[in-house]
Amino acid sequence: MTAQAQARHSQPITATVARVFRDQPLVPLLFLLAALMVAFAIINPDANLGGYVAATMRTAIPLAILAGCQTLVMLTGGIDLSVGATASMAGFVAASLYTGPDSLFVAVAVALALAALIGALNGLGVGVFRVHPLIMTLGMGLVILGAANAWQLLTVRTRSGVPPELRWLGSATEATILPVSLLVFVPLAVLILIGLRRTGYGRLLYALGDNPIASRLSGVKAWQVLLVLYVISAMLAAVAGFLVSGLTNVASVTLVNPKLLPSVAAAVIGGTSIFGGRGGFAGAVVGALILVVTDSLLSSLGFPEAVRQILFGSIIVIVAAFYARLTTES
Amino acid sequence: MSAANPHAESVRPNLLSTLVESVRRDAWLGGLAGLVVLLLIFTRLINPNYGASGIQGLAVSVLPLALAAVAQTIVVVSGGIDLSVASVMALINVVAATQMLGRSDEFGVGVAVGVLILGLVIGAINGIVIVVTRVADIIVTLAMSFVWSGFALWIAQAPIRSPHRWLSDLVNGSVGNEWVPKAFIVLAIAIGIAWIPLRRSRVGLWLYAVGSNQLAAFRSGVSIGRAKVIAYAVAGLFAAMGGLALTAITGQGAPLPGGFTLVSIAAVVLGGVSLAGGRGGVIGPMLAVVVLSLIQSDMTFLRLNSNLATVTQGVILIGVVMLGSLAQLRRTRA
Repeated sequence: MTAQAQARHSQPITATVARVFRDQPLVPLLFLLAALMVAFAIINPDANLGGYVAATMRTAIPLAILAGCQTLVMLTGGIDLSVGATASMAGFVAASLYTGPDSLFVAVAVALALAALIGALNGLGVGVFRVHPLIMTLGMGLVILGAANAWQLLTVRTRSGVPPELRWLGSATEATILPVSLLVFVPLAVLILIGLRRTGYGRLLYALGDNPIASRLSGVKAWQVLLVLYVISAMLAAVAGFLVSGLTNVASVTLVNPKLLPSVAAAVIGGTSIFGGRGGFAGAVVGALILVVTDSLLSSLGFPEAVRQILFGSIIVIVAAFYARLTTES
Repeated sequence: MSAANPHAESVRPNLLSTLVESVRRDAWLGGLAGLVVLLLIFTRLINPNYGASGIQGLAVSVLPLALAAVAQTIVVVSGGIDLSVASVMALINVVAATQMLGRSDEFGVGVAVGVLILGLVIGAINGIVIVVTRVADIIVTLAMSFVWSGFALWIAQAPIRSPHRWLSDLVNGSVGNEWVPKAFIVLAIAIGIAWIPLRRSRVGLWLYAVGSNQLAAFRSGVSIGRAKVIAYAVAGLFAAMGGLALTAITGQGAPLPGGFTLVSIAAVVLGGVSLAGGRGGVIGPMLAVVVLSLIQSDMTFLRLNSNLATVTQGVILIGVVMLGSLAQLRRTRA
């Protein structure tokens, strides 16, 4: 196949480049990210680069975690449209149950448990009752939003703001360049990366997405894999919700919703196929970084919000088209 | 049927007979229609004042969503999905409101025609990008939703008041009998002119063929690219009608897209259109839109927390689809 691809290109150099890009899709993405950051540094020569890097990471980390949810689910050919609502709910519940440092553990644990319940329901719907993931998670998003709104009306008097511990976790920075949220992100990222590459469970995700019938015939119990998968996704979303509410110092039931579609975009830019079976978490992290850097680059160029949105959408299409070219040629 | 009465006047009886025929044919539609009737009776029971004016209000409030649902149906039937419906509606809404502002009614009619054509072009662009880039529909339309809402925000940073008597008279009120709201007629005419003839034509067959099995359609000589572009263009046209309906109903142009995209997908699925493509029509989604809206207003009449309506919509969406797939599972096992 490679020989064919090479024969099709007249110049061997472009063929080599194309092959490298195809086999290592992270390489062009990292190039793009580096180019964007260099562009930012050139455009803003006076900018405090350390502070910029820290701010970029702080914003990108919750998005990368949400993109991780999408990546994991998309590997099985699904999509999780409830992560925005789940994340907002988790941040809100944690804030509304928090009364002092002693209650932090309970508040976070309750929020995580609720997220796990949501994930389990998603997993049951998709795995056991065969509801299309798009519909299941869309409906679940509505349920969460409504329930969280109702809960908000009940607890409006007892609410006491975002816990200071979460604020620290989401927004503090050490040594001017290292955001504290890395403490959460790095272990999670390592777990996901190892989980996908080195464990049987990770391989099951790829197998299910690549060929559900073949994996069923080989004895995979799809519903168990999916149940666990959606629980993982919802709990990751909850963690992202904690970080976002800590970063913005806001606890609202719609706080993370605007990050839902960018999380899908980050996963796609990272090379994960929406049809399942192909992709990985490293790409999603780079994808999230690219989105955040692009956004800050566009706003530092003085573009109004409108133009930023237009360019943002165009960039997603262009990167995704680039991927489609690379992967369909092989 | 359409060959016998090719004139636009025949749209209503034609649509009615289609409705009756498909209800007989399809148990899903029958169930949905039954649900609508039950909900209407229930609404009447909890609110004895609910009458002709209630129906008129219902018709007006569902019109934009119903048009969005038609747009979504056309795309889903042809095997795609359109996440940019709400953004296109917002863009058209803003364009119409700003261009009609302070102009004569005649000019306004011209603008209305212009924005419908604009919607067609926008939809065609969506389709062309999908066909040319070979990127999944869901990703392209997701990205394009940013582009179109960006343009909307470019034109107007904040909602612009632009009320037009002739435009709001087009959807408010009733025709003849007070039980026949204008908005329903507008919807029926829109579907009757822009969708039914297309569906009955060769091109309509293409759309269903491409949605049902792309490879088979291709091997039977259907140009997949052309079919997809047509599907998205017509969807863009209906999204534009939805945007125009927003301008008419609210009397303003708001640049921020509403939640129409996700609800339109919900309505399409509730309406019995398979997300896998190739199956379903517009009547089911229309009934589903009415169901969703009636649930919302019933919750208000019952003085229940309006958030419960959101929960109920989600539960109904999941529950109905679950029933459908369980029924299908049993059928395939039997």
